[in-house]
Amino acid sequence: MNTILSDVQEFITPVPGSIMKGEPIATKPVARQLGHLDALESEAIHILREVAAECTNPALLFSGGKDSIVLLRLAEKAFRPGRFPFPLLHVDTGHNFPEVIEFRDHRAKQLGERLIVRSMEDSILQGRVVLRSEYQSRNAFQSVTLLDAIAEFRFDACIGGARRDEEKARAKERIFSFRDEFGQWDPKNQRPELWDIYNTRVHPGENIRVFPISNWTELDVWEYIAREGLEVPHIYFAHTRDVIRRGNGLLPVSRLVQLQEGEKTENLMVRFRTVGDMSCTCPVESTAVSVEEIIAETAITRITERGATRMDDQTSDASMELRKKEGYF
Amino acid sequence: MSAVERISFDHAELLRFITAGSVDDGKSTLIGRLLHDSKSIFEDQLSSITHTTRKRGMEGVDLSLLTDGLQAEREQGITIDVAYRYFATPKRKFIIADTPGHEQYTRNMVTGASTANLAIILIDARKGVLIQSRRHAYLASLVGIPHLVVAVNKMDLVGYSRDVFERICKDFAAFAEGLKLNNIAYIPMSALNGDMVVERGDKLDWYEGVALMDLLENVPIDHDINLEDFRFPVQLVCRPQTEELHDFRGYMGRVESGFIDVSDEVTVLPSGLTSRIKEIVTYDGSVDQAVAPQSVTLTIEDHLDVSRGDMLVKTGGELPYVTKEFEAMVCWLSEQSLDPRRKYLIKHTTRVVKALVARIDYRVDINTLNHLPADTLRMNDIGRVALKMHQPLVCDPYQRNHATGSFIVIDEINNNTVAAGMICMAKD
Repeated sequence: MNTILSDVQEFITPVPGSIMKGEPIATKPVARQLGHLDALESEAIHILREVAAECTNPALLFSGGKDSIVLLRLAEKAFRPGRFPFPLLHVDTGHNFPEVIEFRDHRAKQLGERLIVRSMEDSILQGRVVLRSEYQSRNAFQSVTLLDAIAEFRFDACIGGARRDEEKARAKERIFSFRDEFGQWDPKNQRPELWDIYNTRVHPGENIRVFPISNWTELDVWEYIAREGLEVPHIYFAHTRDVIRRGNGLLPVSRLVQLQEGEKTENLMVRFRTVGDMSCTCPVESTAVSVEEIIAETAITRITERGATRMDDQTSDASMELRKKEGYF
Repeated sequence: MSAVERISFDHAELLRFITAGSVDDGKSTLIGRLLHDSKSIFEDQLSSITHTTRKRGMEGVDLSLLTDGLQAEREQGITIDVAYRYFATPKRKFIIADTPGHEQYTRNMVTGASTANLAIILIDARKGVLIQSRRHAYLASLVGIPHLVVAVNKMDLVGYSRDVFERICKDFAAFAEGLKLNNIAYIPMSALNGDMVVERGDKLDWYEGVALMDLLENVPIDHDINLEDFRFPVQLVCRPQTEELHDFRGYMGRVESGFIDVSDEVTVLPSGLTSRIKEIVTYDGSVDQAVAPQSVTLTIEDHLDVSRGDMLVKTGGELPYVTKEFEAMVCWLSEQSLDPRRKYLIKHTTRVVKALVARIDYRVDINTLNHLPADTLRMNDIGRVALKMHQPLVCDPYQRNHATGSFIVIDEINNNTVAAGMICMAKD
């Protein structure tokens, strides 16, 4: 056995003075084991700095939602006292909650960073997006406007707040996710990603989507929002709202939601767990009026974030996978 | 807008682990069991897999469906890629890299293993230590995963026999000794029935060790990274050039290993120039010490020429190699085989350089661990090669320091990541 194992032994032979497993180290710093939020934060900062160093023309997707709010704080941690080495980009579906749009503008101004907004209304006017009705969810069609914006500004990297715990197609996504010149994701042909060495290289016309908070869960996001004292739009907190029950969920009453036969409006105490397209983003019943109460609720919640709040993800087992293949982030 | 007051949080540690084994070993069932018994499965996920179980004409809930990801995989009933799953207990937050166990997916296991603190190798109690188990152990040792758990599963199918368990432990230990793998924990279990996964159950009373979850929550991981050698590859140079920060020149990066204090002397490599740490800057204010794996911004006392790709190390400590040549174990990841006539790009820490494969020493038969002569490496092959770089790299042997001993190989033409490498030996 010894002869065939010689390469391994040579390879495994410890370097004198190296740290063997579990042995105490004389020069150990006063150190502390970093907590999980510190570890996740440091990983995200490292990723953002790699984008800034290696990509020619990146952008950060900022919607005003909680995940991209966390991204902005991470960007501050990564680049201050300097400025962000990229603009913020929002694809406005025209179906966004007004509170969230207001928050988006407020936050961008507060940071003093450049915000680019590209609107799906324009894509519709140009005939680039054709919808069956005004009330249809626009979530899936964001890809068209996003890809147009990428082409217009020649972005070679778009940083997004997607997390792997959101959805099973996302669970297989890389942190640096390569997209071809049509913006498409090919799940069977992803670049292997090892250690923390990221391959950021693309040819002109291709781009990379970068997800610095891939390894965060919904609970991590809320704990971080609490730890950092971050502001979030009001609609994340419990408030009374007119809703109707449809399928397994609640739908907020707005100009985009019409009462169907047999449905009636109810006034309930609710909050939103995600803030996407108004026509398909469902609030959940809740009494949580503070971040701490949201954390408490999230820690014991029994339904996934998207399962509770996104009607378009319930269409089929593969909805997200199909959208992603077409250029969705 | 509502701001919240700062509140303090328990500092739960983060543990990353991989599971190695094939579907037949009950790997998906084990992951499903860990998630289920730690109450990390959500109702909508449970109802979705219950529905699918019935659609496939089976009874009950097939927990293995939880780890099914993509449409193509569901259609073919296989796993084609690394999937990441998350769960938490009050003590720790866990990230599972779920890697498929088929022979052709060595690359997936190496990928998942590269960031893992711990590996769980599943063995079917009825089958004992198979060639595949040896392969998983070899890969775990190659990638240097600090902790190893051998989960002898399906104990219910061998009557929870202590003899069967002990024989498997002995077989595995004999093999592992040759790999210099230590720190191995052996746990008998039935993932299907939940014995010794989260709960101990009442069928394995003769086993005196801990259940899997207990081990995952308590295995000490604070020495998993090198805390001796300070290594700080510079990612970015920050020069705001504003009025109040006119002379500010900060080196942004992550402490990949070791630690550094303000006023420590540092050497910049490859130039060899020295200076002292002036300030350790973070968004939350300056600090006295930075420890791996923190991301910080460093300023130094002197005006030196430092840029991305340079590395700061502690003067007087163990120094890394600055070299244009090294030998490495390489795992080939691409369908296009290694072409020794071609130049490749190597990304190592924050440096990208051109490189040539000067020599292929051998390829490892990962089933027998024999060395075979080779003039190329194909996808999933592991081999030892000598590399020559166009420009020097600042590196340590992988065994001493994973962060400065690892690299990826990129195909310059299609930009794919074609190989992963671990430095064995460098030339001065």
